[in-house]
Amino acid sequence: MIHWNSFSDFLAMGGYGLYVWGSFGVTALIMIVEPIMAIRRRKTLVLRLKRQLRAEKSTHKAGSTSRSNGEVGKETRSSQ
Amino acid sequence: MMGMVAAITARDLKLAMRRQADIVSVLFFFIIVASLFPLGIGPEQDLLRKLAPGVLWVGALLATMLSLPKLFADDFRDGTLEQLVLAPQPLGLTVLGKVLAHWLVSGLPLALLAPVLGLQFDLSSDALLVLTVSLLIGTPALSGIGAIGAALTLGLRGGGVLVSLLVLPLYIPVLIFGAGAVDATVAGLGAEAHLSILGALAIGGVFFAPWATAAALRIALE
Amino acid sequence: MNNRLINWFKYASPQSFYPLAGKMIPWFTALAVIFGIAGLWIGMAVAPTDFQQGEGYRIIFIHVPASWMSMFIYLVMAFWAALGLAYNTRLSGMMASALAPTGALMAFLSLWTGALWGKPMWGTWWVWDARLTSELILLFLYIGFIALQASIDDPRRADKAGAILALVGVVNIPIIYFSVKWWNTLHQGSSVSLTKSPSMAMLMLWGMLLMALSFWMYSIAVSLIRARSIMLERERNTEWVKDVLAGEGK
Repeated sequence: MIHWNSFSDFLAMGGYGLYVWGSFGVTALIMIVEPIMAIRRRKTLVLRLKRQLRAEKSTHKAGSTSRSNGEVGKETRSSQ
Repeated sequence: MMGMVAAITARDLKLAMRRQADIVSVLFFFIIVASLFPLGIGPEQDLLRKLAPGVLWVGALLATMLSLPKLFADDFRDGTLEQLVLAPQPLGLTVLGKVLAHWLVSGLPLALLAPVLGLQFDLSSDALLVLTVSLLIGTPALSGIGAIGAALTLGLRGGGVLVSLLVLPLYIPVLIFGAGAVDATVAGLGAEAHLSILGALAIGGVFFAPWATAAALRIALE
Repeated sequence: MNNRLINWFKYASPQSFYPLAGKMIPWFTALAVIFGIAGLWIGMAVAPTDFQQGEGYRIIFIHVPASWMSMFIYLVMAFWAALGLAYNTRLSGMMASALAPTGALMAFLSLWTGALWGKPMWGTWWVWDARLTSELILLFLYIGFIALQASIDDPRRADKAGAILALVGVVNIPIIYFSVKWWNTLHQGSSVSLTKSPSMAMLMLWGMLLMALSFWMYSIAVSLIRARSIMLERERNTEWVKDVLAGEGK
């Protein structure tokens, strides 16, 4: 049922190896890298938003009247 | 209704006349681009004659595009645009007026200048005539489609480059049929088919694009 | 009827779509892998040699799915864009922006594999064929969309401006395709016609369909991942995002 006689036949692709594997290779690379980047983007985003949230909470607890707290809030905003 | 379009056009023309340097620099850009090509390609006249339709059309297209960011920018900065958007008249017609004015100060002079530049490429008088006619028909479409890009990028950083990125792919049909008309004439075939399709594109560009532009302007001013 | 309508709109808010998307992603990923393995098995291992193109034709198993997806994603993007403009829903714009990078990559893959296919078959990496040229222009349209959205800071404006651009693009794609086609027939000679495709064996067709399904599922999965990031980013000041963050990675 399998079309190929040997693995080296399969790699050679009847002389078209470079073109076939060049196509499949780049496609595979993109389809691996794209999801990884998308997942990483969400992970770093979650970490960043969490940090921001914690900073906001701590400024809240310490009371909003003090000036230094206002500056902390500003810092988190500029780091967005 | 037409009176209102004419009023907007007249106003924009008056403003453009106060800044003739802008008009002149667009024309010079066209002249320089068209003159650079023979220097880059070489002086063989057969080759130049073959390349002329494409080179002149691409030059005119780039020159039109250069003048696009100015289309709404000044009115945006001094708040006039906001007034025009809030005005009771349909915004699409206002845009149509501005597009016509833009064509009168960019497309029309480019079309009239093109035959002179065509002489540099040793085009026949038939081809020169078709070149002028195709630019006269095609450049309104360029102004109309370009207005959409200008409105979408209004007030954004890097607006000028962004406009070209958005607008150039949409210009391709106009380029194909415009340069194709001249090409067909050079090859001894009739240019009528090309010119009529170009006319259809121009009608589409001038009468439908202003409504998309109006929607884009409303978004930009929100 | 009324009930169903409400249920449907329930998922149109980022708040309820976010967890739903999270649940859907593993399924679509699994489907993409299953269809991909099946398609690759049929296409690369079982399918016979093409009598005209030898083994080189096997590029078709990724080239055609990538081309289909690049066009289909643009249509879906324009659909979300139109929906967003008409009903002013937050989710539509997010979906459109989430789809664009995948669409652009599919267009790139289509061009890349097309070039690698063209070289051994016609002896050239690139021909100015109507389909190739239109695909290139489609890539430009995607890049324009992404660049426009990237340069607008206000996400609401970015959504709407992108929507107008996507709709203008969708109106233009057929015009561009037919003008390039006309242009191409006028400049015969150097061009190679791609339209007379070799009659395909049933097995090859199955391989291609399975691969297309795999690409489809992949695109859905990866754009849902991206959409989830966009939802969190845009709605970061709302309560539901705070709840999500609290539940995330304890």
